[in-house]
Amino acid sequence: MTIGLSHYLTVAAILFTFGIFGIFLNRKNVIVILMSVELMLLAVNLNLIAFSAFHHDLVGQVFALIVLTVAAAEAAIGLAIVGVYFRNRGTIDVTEIDLLKG
Amino acid sequence: MLLTTLFFYLFAGICVASAFMVIAVKNPVHAVLFLILAFFNAAGLFVLLGAEFLAMILVVVYVGAVMVLFLFVVMMLDVDFAELRAGFLKYLPIGATIGIVLLIELVFILVAWVTAPEIAAQAPTPPASQVSNTAALGQILYTKYVYLFEAAGMILLVAMIGAIVLTLQHKRDIKRQSVARQVARTRERSVEVVEVETGRGLS
Amino acid sequence: MYLAIVFFPLIGAIFAGFFGRLVDARASEVITTSLVLITVPLAWFALYQTGVEGHEARIELLRFIDSGALQTSWAIRIDTLTAVMLVVVTTVSGLVHLYSIGYMADDDSRPRFFAYLSLFTFAMLALVTSDNLLQLYFGWEGVGLMSYLLIGFWYHRPSANAAAIKAFIVNRVGDFGFVLGIFATFTVFNSLQYDPVFASAPEQVGKTMQFLGMQVDVLTLICLLLFMGAMGKSAQFLLHTWLPDAMEGPTPVSALIHAATMVTAGVFMVARLSPLFELAPIALGFVTFIGATTAFFAATVGLVQNDIKRVVAYSTCSQLGYMFVAEGVGAFGTGIFHLFTHAFFKALLFLGSGAVIIALHHEQDMRRMGALRKVLPFTWAMMLIGTLSLTGFPFTSGSVSKDAIIEAAYAADSPMGMYGFVLTAIAAVLTSFYSWRLMFLTFEGKPREKADVLAHAHEPPWTMGLPLILLALGSLLAGAIFMHFFIGSDQTEFWRGSLVTHGEAHREVPIMVMFLPTLAMAAGFAVAWYFYITNPLVPFGLAKRFRGAYQFLLNAWYFDALYDFLFVRPAKRLGRFLWKTGDGTIIDGIGPDGVAARVIDITNRVIRLQTGYIYHYAFVMLIGAALLITYFIFAGGGLPR
Repeated sequence: MTIGLSHYLTVAAILFTFGIFGIFLNRKNVIVILMSVELMLLAVNLNLIAFSAFHHDLVGQVFALIVLTVAAAEAAIGLAIVGVYFRNRGTIDVTEIDLLKG
Repeated sequence: MLLTTLFFYLFAGICVASAFMVIAVKNPVHAVLFLILAFFNAAGLFVLLGAEFLAMILVVVYVGAVMVLFLFVVMMLDVDFAELRAGFLKYLPIGATIGIVLLIELVFILVAWVTAPEIAAQAPTPPASQVSNTAALGQILYTKYVYLFEAAGMILLVAMIGAIVLTLQHKRDIKRQSVARQVARTRERSVEVVEVETGRGLS
Repeated sequence: MYLAIVFFPLIGAIFAGFFGRLVDARASEVITTSLVLITVPLAWFALYQTGVEGHEARIELLRFIDSGALQTSWAIRIDTLTAVMLVVVTTVSGLVHLYSIGYMADDDSRPRFFAYLSLFTFAMLALVTSDNLLQLYFGWEGVGLMSYLLIGFWYHRPSANAAAIKAFIVNRVGDFGFVLGIFATFTVFNSLQYDPVFASAPEQVGKTMQFLGMQVDVLTLICLLLFMGAMGKSAQFLLHTWLPDAMEGPTPVSALIHAATMVTAGVFMVARLSPLFELAPIALGFVTFIGATTAFFAATVGLVQNDIKRVVAYSTCSQLGYMFVAEGVGAFGTGIFHLFTHAFFKALLFLGSGAVIIALHHEQDMRRMGALRKVLPFTWAMMLIGTLSLTGFPFTSGSVSKDAIIEAAYAADSPMGMYGFVLTAIAAVLTSFYSWRLMFLTFEGKPREKADVLAHAHEPPWTMGLPLILLALGSLLAGAIFMHFFIGSDQTEFWRGSLVTHGEAHREVPIMVMFLPTLAMAAGFAVAWYFYITNPLVPFGLAKRFRGAYQFLLNAWYFDALYDFLFVRPAKRLGRFLWKTGDGTIIDGIGPDGVAARVIDITNRVIRLQTGYIYHYAFVMLIGAALLITYFIFAGGGLPR
């Protein structure tokens, strides 16, 4: 059958959902959270590209390019923070990161 | 057509599967590797959609740089093979419910949505003009969306500075050179002339 | 000149009040006393001007209220009645100022005391020179306030503070009626000035108005309400409870305020409004009734009191009753005459008691006095003159005025008049008894003081002695000299309409009645002599035998206990309830405290949302996103289908 827009969008949706699962279902470590964020961004990019292709409008790809840039920057900063945090705390166990507790 | 469909399902399937594995495996290194796999397959999907420039960028930048960075950090941190905590099971029902609800809703919207007839009829084809995807992107990126482009550059600059600021440590017990100080040395501060008697020495 | 009389004391008060601390206390004493003493001859001259020469005056100072029909101004009205009061107030105040220099010699707050004295004098002068009811009320309240401040002068004494507030509150009850009277006057007459009101009073006879759901005669209502104020201010029966306790203040205060001036404000007010009262016979009858009852009641209580000042206080209360009896039967001039003479001998008695108290180092209980005649002969002589005048020894001023009242009561020829006559006659006996009892207990008999106290007793200095002498002269001679003008054949020309006069009495008074007061005085003297000189054990025996009656009299017919039970305790309970429960529990509970507690409760619960775990936060975000999307799918913007 013809692969329509909705197929791509469905795939993106599933990826997004897995990303969300990864954030609050993991009890292991913080890196997994960051990776889940990357997954979600990937899903978003897929969406954008799919729409751009089906509308024949390149602006979607431009947007995806920008998103990619920002994702990379965010990943870098996030990892730097994790590194510093580990240096100060000695652990990246996610259940022990509760300094925001009010 | 068949090939397209086949490749689509191949890429999509592996992508989804490896995405699941990312969040499911114990070993974080494995998780990163599965993430890399997911990205590769996503790049394949991009190619199928005609956005080959972006697919390559995904591979080069994302996989090549960001994921490698992830690997570095994962290996740098001294992470124990933490067991799957019981909390996973505690939150699984409610979390899974919410997630599945969300998924269903997303899909529901997408399939029920009526696309404009002329668009749905067409397969994803490259734009009418015969330039390649890269050239086409370049043509609008540096003209119409140049501000966005510049802003993206700014973001990267800030991220770089931020990362350095966060992680740079000045170790105090390392000997360092300060070239400016060395050059600014004067004779008065460095050399002292002392009259010494023979046989006595400096005392 | 009149302005000087009224405002010099105010200047003295301001000086002593605000600058007293900067200068030596002596300066405050001297300046205030001098300023008041200067006004004394001016006041006597004013009396001469108005009474004899016939010059009246009205000096408008400034416009006060100008609102619709209510137009009042600050104005000084001088007629004979005012001049008489000016003389009384300035003379007694001046002498009291002088006396206080000696009496308060070792007190630390002398500037404050003299400032209060002068300020009181000013308020009283404002009261008597008023031209309208509002200004009268200003002076009324002013003297009430100064009374409070002076009774509670030694404010570290809780008993003094309690007495001061009691005086103020009981006065307030009377003032409530007074204010209602002022309102009624304005409602009926549309003016508060005396002359317009008096002029249009005859038209209002017989008219009625709504009051508390009843139709009442307007003039009676006004007079009764205004008299309620007089009852409070002049410590008449039912509103008398504050006067004995007011003795907590220094003795000069008792002499000035609670003998000669403030308590006579009520008498003055009734006299000033005599044109109104004349047209309200029911009110007059009530005045007589209250006055007579007070005269009798206070005299009975004074029989058994042990504090020397209390005896004199109850005596004042009783004599005020006499004045009201006179006014109630229409003899307003007689009432004012008694006010005039009473000021002299009562102030003399108070100041004399003060000399005794100081001599015995602030001892006030008569049971610890005795045999002072040889030690303090001058004081004894002064007190003797005062007592003679009070009890009505023939030819003293007191006897002239008191006899006149008793005769007037008899001559009134009305049931209430007879009631007044009988009670005042009996009270005369009692008055004589307790006055001589005071003299004998204090000055005669065996000494009951400690030996060293007796040894140190000495006569007062000249600053205290001179006023005593002058007052004694007044007690002896004022009656004879002024009788002619006040109540004699010249009274109509003398008063000249400032109060209602009836010329001579309307009923012939039999000789028996004329000599009755003298008989009463002799009887009282004889019994007192027997009880305290001849056979001193008799009073103790009687007190033991008639224990109930003795206690009844000693506790002033248990009025204080009654009022405490009826009014004070319920009021305190209500206040406590409103404070603790109303204010504390309910209002604070719902308001500030309640809100604060609820805020803390709620935040304690909300805090649990902040677990610190990022994945919790992301989870919550996700739930929110899911809800939003659900909402938009089913309710929000529909997609074109």
